[in-house]
This record gives sequence, structure tokens and C-alpha cells, in this order.
Amino acid sequence: MTTNAQTDVGILARQHGRWHWSEFAFWIVVLAVGLAFPSRYLIMTEILRLALFALSLDLILGYAGIVSLGHAAFFGVGAYCAGLLSVHGLINEPVLALIVAGLAATVLGFVTSFLVIRGVDLTRLMVTLGIALLMEALAERFSNITGGTDGLQGIDIQPIFGVFAFDMFGKTGFFYSLAVLFVLFLLARTIVHSPFGLSLRAIKNNPLRAAAVGIPVNKRLIAIYTVAAFYAGIAGALFTQTTALASLDVFSFERSADLVLLLVIGGSGYLYGGLIGAAVFRMLQELFQWITPQYWMFWIGLVLVVIVMVGRHRIHAYALWLPNLILRQIAGRKAAVVLTDNEAP
Amino acid sequence: MTYALETSGLDKHFGGLHVTRDLSLKIVPGARHALIGPNGAGKTTVINQLTGVLEPSAGRILLEGQDITDLPVHKRVLRGLSRTFQINQLYPDLTPLETIGLAVSERLGGGGNWWRRMGTRDDINAEIAETLERFRLLDVMNDRTSTLPYGKQRLLEIAVAIAAKPRVLLLDEPAAGVPEGERKDILAAVAALPRDVTVLLIEHDMDLVFSFADRISVLVSGALLVEGTPEEVARDPQVKAVYLGEAA
Repeated sequence: MTTNAQTDVGILARQHGRWHWSEFAFWIVVLAVGLAFPSRYLIMTEILRLALFALSLDLILGYAGIVSLGHAAFFGVGAYCAGLLSVHGLINEPVLALIVAGLAATVLGFVTSFLVIRGVDLTRLMVTLGIALLMEALAERFSNITGGTDGLQGIDIQPIFGVFAFDMFGKTGFFYSLAVLFVLFLLARTIVHSPFGLSLRAIKNNPLRAAAVGIPVNKRLIAIYTVAAFYAGIAGALFTQTTALASLDVFSFERSADLVLLLVIGGSGYLYGGLIGAAVFRMLQELFQWITPQYWMFWIGLVLVVIVMVGRHRIHAYALWLPNLILRQIAGRKAAVVLTDNEAP
Repeated sequence: MTYALETSGLDKHFGGLHVTRDLSLKIVPGARHALIGPNGAGKTTVINQLTGVLEPSAGRILLEGQDITDLPVHKRVLRGLSRTFQINQLYPDLTPLETIGLAVSERLGGGGNWWRRMGTRDDINAEIAETLERFRLLDVMNDRTSTLPYGKQRLLEIAVAIAAKPRVLLLDEPAAGVPEGERKDILAAVAALPRDVTVLLIEHDMDLVFSFADRISVLVSGALLVEGTPEEVARDPQVKAVYLGEAA
């Protein structure tokens, strides 16, 4: 009996972290889309970058329950760091520069985490917002280093590993970004399905109980906030490397706020929310800008209000109604595609 | 002798409100000790100080002879002091399996591991299974905690405290709010606690207290009024006057 129970426990516990076939399908679709639209590399690269940035916020918001309106602080540090490394020729190999830029953001994340873990949601919103504003002001003040409002001049990104040069169509940039996103996604996936990741969900659910079973709550929050800063820094560095630009708007409030919108669209706490949200958000933006160049913000706002009012679960159910109907006809199975989601942020 | 849990001169003020007054408790290893007192006597405040949720204004707390007064909550748990809450403190979105798994992982030192998948350590799985089985939670182990009936949630609340393998267990009204039909499961779980675990029970239900405890401390207005065996406490005129008298 007990041995059976132990086996059951093991199977059920591992089940959560097992790759679902829909996840394979997701990445195959992503790759297929990349290969199918060679004329759209630039916008697709932008989506990948945004997806990585959103993945970063999902780690702290969706798993640990830390709200942030200042995630651009880390994005910006990563972006400027990658730019400066290139301009001054300190590190010319892009992958190495990417990692160094990510680590620079990590340091900022670790230092500021002590401010963020104190207090509740509203305090955290204010503190994170404040940190991003500080970074933006510092970048403006030290314009001799950052180039101020003109941005950093003379960024020239060398070929990756000295082999793959960035081309004007953005092909290298796209596949480079996709590779970085995929690797970091795998890492994030490992983290959230580990005991550490589970303890984050426990802290989000009930910090009082988490501490009462011996979980060092603050230590865990500091750890994940620091990791998220690394991710955001990498996203920022990718921005600089793929666009050869770094200006003050990398720190902008809109950048942080958009990220929260992405997670509202895609859902938080299952990693794919930020990825799907990034694609949907950017496509909607394109669509609305094409329909009404001046008032596209109105429609984005409307979509968000509708999403929140109707509820994402119901929208998912509608969106998946047709694919499921077809699958049921073919495979005769019940509800073939289900999106899991803990709760709205 | 070394006590399992000892407080000396414990004192707590909230502004002008004096809720714990010079409280010195001594609980022997293996004891079934009950802390009783009328509403507002400050029982839960005492528990919160013992576990580190509240910082005492004065006095020391010793766990098996070691001073733990300045340790944070989670470190006291790892030293062997665990508790249940009067109002369930569980993880609504997690399953009983995950809830117990977290406590076991943390104790066996795998809680901060970020590269290993949940469920890949046999020693942890075995302990989770054993705990779930003991508290008859195996059949619901993969359900979300928020969907469980209240009685099961209450059992899980006790199970998760036990999963931390405490040397001293603080039970804060374990039977509170449990419907009559599910009550016996809770009482059985409390009665079946391992003998080497020292238990401090806080309870309103006098039947439970007198059937369970071998020693009782009566707390009134934050101060210790009487301490003794159940018989002594039941006979004590002071207790009758302020506490049992009030209830009878």
C-alpha cells in the first residue's frame, strides 16, 4: 500500500513538470511562422524580445506574486550595457556581451530586491516605479556616458561567435533572439517546476503558512526577483543588439506598463502567457495602427477592458472552441486543448 | 532538566494594552500540555510569540534549552517547532500533495533546489505518501486545496504541521469550526500524534482538553493563573470562578 502510494505521489508530483504535446506544438508553430514570413523578421524579432521581457515579469508576478511597474529599469540597464560594451569595444562578441549585460541588470535587481520585498502590493508598485524613474533620470543626467536624449551613438554589433553577421533584413537577429528566448524559457521552465518554484507559488498563496513550514520567504523572493532582473536585462540587451539603438526610452514607463498589459492578455503563472500576450498585443497594435493610425490606443484600451470584463477563461474557451471541435471529431477526445491559468494578475 | 519548551518572563504590550504578563511556562518533553483561558486571555498572542510571528516586549523563549527568541519564523520550524493555525492557513491553489511536499522538501534540505523537478526524490515521495496516508488524504491529494471539504482542509492543516517533523507542536484550536460528523477524524489525528512529540494545545473545547492533556495551564488576562494536572485544575476554586464558572 505505502509503496504504491509512494509511486503515485512520485508520478503525480512529476506530472506537473512534464512536457505536454501542446507545448511542442507551440514551439513548432513559432519556428514555422519564423520560416514562413521572411519579410517580417523585424516585427517578429520585436515580438520575441517582448516575449522574453514578459517572461521575466511572469516569473515574479505569476509565480511569486510580486507586482512591478518598473521592470523597464532592468531592461534599460541591459540595453545600455550592451550598447556601451559595443561602442567602447570592450566585448565584441554579442553572446558574451549579452550575458554581461544581463549580469549588470542582475546586480541592480539584487540590490533593489531588498526594497521591493518589503511591504505589500501598492508599496511594491510605487517602489518599482520609483526605481525605474531614478534610472531614467540618471541616464539623462549622465548624458556624457549614455548619449542622453540623442541616444547612444556608434553601436556596431559584431557577428555572433564571429560567424553570423547581423543583416539588414533581420534574419540573424530573429534566429538569435529566438535561440535566446528558447534557452531562457527552458531555464524558466526548469525553475518553476522545481521545489524552489513550487515554494514561490506557496509564498504567493500564503506567506504566513510558507514561513510556518520553514520556507525562508524573503530569501526566495530576493532570489526570483534577481533572476527576473537578469531576464529583463537580457531582453534589453537583445533590443540594443538587434536594433543597434539605445536611448532613454528603454527606461520609459510605457515599457513597464505594456508588460503588465501583455500578461493581462496572455495570462500569468504558466509561462506561455507572456509569449502569447506579446504576440497578440503586438499584432493588435499593428492592426489598429493600420486601421486608424491616430486613434489605435483607443482600440487597445477597449480590448483590455473587454478582456478584463469578460474574463480570460471564457475568451480562451471561445478561442479554443473550433480547434477542440475539430479535434473531437478526429480523435474523439474530450477538450483536447486546455490553457491552464492560475488567476488573473 | 531541559524543558521541551520554556518561556521566562514573557511580556507583550500593544501600546497601552498589556496582553502577556510575565508568563513563565515550562513544558516537559513528551508532554500533552493544554493552554486554556477565557476569550481574550491572550492565548493566540502567546502562540504567535512562541513561533516568531510576534516579537515579545520582554522575556526569553527556549526550545530544548536553546534560546530561540530572536530567530525568524522559518528557522524555528527547522529547529523543530511547528504549529497549526486557528483559522486554516493553507495554499488555496496548491494540492495537498504539493502542500505536504513543500514542508518535507524544506526539512530534508531540498527546498531551495531550482534545477530538480518535483517528485524526483524517493525519500521525499515516501514521506509525502506516508503523511497523506496517515491523515487519510491520499484520495484527494491531487485536488486543489480550495475545493476540499472543510474537515479535510483542517486535517491538512494538521498534516502539514506534522510533515515538518516537529519536536514541539503547537495546536491552535484544531477542532475549531469542524462540523460534528468530521470531528472524530480530527480528534483521532490529534490522539495519534507520536508520543515523543511534545504538544501544546490551545483549545476552547473542554472535553477535548480533559481527554487529551496531562497538564493544563490556565491563562487569564495574559497572566498564568493556575497550572497543574487536569484534576487539580478542575478542582481549583479560582479556575471555577473565572473560567469554568463562567462557562457552566
